[in-house]
Amino acid sequence: MILLPCPWCGPRDASEFGHVGETLPRPDPRTVTPAEWRNYLYLRANTRGWVVESWYHRMGCRKFIKVERNTDTNETRLFPAGNVAAHAAEGTR
Amino acid sequence: MPLSTNGHPRRRGHAAYPARYSAAGLLRHGLSHREWPPAWQRHPIKSSYDVVIVGGGVHGLAAAYYLAANHGITDVAVLDKGYIGAGGSGRNTAILRSNYLTPEGVRFYDRSLKLYQRLATDLDYNVMFSRRGHLTLAHSDASLRTMRWRAEVNKAEDVESEVIGPTEVKRLAPFLDVGKTARYPILGALYHPPGGIIRHDAVVWGYARGASARGVHIHQNVEVTGIDVAGGRVRGVSTPQGDIATRVVLNATAGWSTLVADMAGVRLPVTTYPLQAAVTEPVKPFLSAVIVSGTLHVYVSQTDRGELVFGASVDPFTSYSMRGSLEFAEGLAGHVLHLMPALAKVRLLRQWAGLCDMTPDFSPIMGATSVDGFLVDVGWGTYGFKAGPVSGEAMAQYIASGQPPGLIAAFGLDRFAAGALVGEKGAAAVGH
Repeated sequence: MILLPCPWCGPRDASEFGHVGETLPRPDPRTVTPAEWRNYLYLRANTRGWVVESWYHRMGCRKFIKVERNTDTNETRLFPAGNVAAHAAEGTR
Repeated sequence: MPLSTNGHPRRRGHAAYPARYSAAGLLRHGLSHREWPPAWQRHPIKSSYDVVIVGGGVHGLAAAYYLAANHGITDVAVLDKGYIGAGGSGRNTAILRSNYLTPEGVRFYDRSLKLYQRLATDLDYNVMFSRRGHLTLAHSDASLRTMRWRAEVNKAEDVESEVIGPTEVKRLAPFLDVGKTARYPILGALYHPPGGIIRHDAVVWGYARGASARGVHIHQNVEVTGIDVAGGRVRGVSTPQGDIATRVVLNATAGWSTLVADMAGVRLPVTTYPLQAAVTEPVKPFLSAVIVSGTLHVYVSQTDRGELVFGASVDPFTSYSMRGSLEFAEGLAGHVLHLMPALAKVRLLRQWAGLCDMTPDFSPIMGATSVDGFLVDVGWGTYGFKAGPVSGEAMAQYIASGQPPGLIAAFGLDRFAAGALVGEKGAAAVGH
């Protein structure tokens, strides 16, 4: 399949990961309207090309990481190149 | 006399277009060695059409056919960025069934199965429909319970469907391992006698031929690059070959549907996943029924040529890539051998992938959008081929009358905002 660049474990087979996909900011439950909440639940950009998405390294470091992937060719690259803080923030989501 | 590429004299004109297909015609052609007339005609692209259908698969072509045949709307163009049937219509595993879980789903797919059964007569085209019987295997008490539920819903909708035991399963499919020591023992199955298989390319070609004969223009290798929307209304579409003015655009592009909808400023709750399938070398006919195992994520049928066609569930992540993976072939082979150990020496011939437009509730999205005149027939996920005829018929009725037919009223895009989802995951996700 494809290799995903895990910032903690290095390049690993995609079958070790769970695909989380595009993540959206969670709306504030105190002010959100039902329509906005359903958009948050259901609507995804479904981009063809480079995307930044979340994966869960369930058979490795068990951390949520961000990866850049081209959904047309399945090329992958580390995101953002070497920025560990962004991955740490993703892990606390 | 002009000669065609194969050196045979070309038939002059198309006075009898489309030629009726018959045994006598086959004999005449065999003796005269003349070229068959093309099944559908080519036309220059006009600057305007009443209806533009984006996507020349079974859904788009069926909609065009039924618009012309049932409603007399013939000023229709079907645009495809590649050749017709290049997407999901030519990549599915061609299994037909109607034993779904929700009453909305069962009614809908049953209508489709009935249209498929008489399609060869309707289109004067041999679509090779073959009624085989469809077995969904249960490997656990939980799945047996769900199957009893499905069987009762099916019977209430007058669809032949019943739960059978391992002895009966063995009688219908002798090569299945129904022993108690199997890794995934077969406890029973949901048996759906009307289920079967069909030649999917022939369905696409048959609809194209029928639509073309009634005046529909089919434009291959014409990619829609933009949709002109003004004042909340569709005005036309743009293509590299020129702009086309129209008041009605139907998006029937499956895996690429969000890309087309984005052009009109419409967002769809659809994500695109590849689904892989594979076929073996031809072997003697031994498997009449279509075998499905949800637990093992595999479905098997044998074509009229003797090849075994295998399908699985969608890949574990979203993608527009249609490359196959070794992991898929490996996993598939293991699962098939759990079911039929006798196939250990059979070789895979090829594998491929198609794109599935998955929705949150595993049900399609059909009907109007926030842009007037921009209609969708998308979200077909892994079960679009078997719904081709009924979707075409229903969307044609919608375009002709402006009102959604009752059969598809539950599948509107507004159901997500209203929270009225049609949950088909149990019966649609793997069970082909």
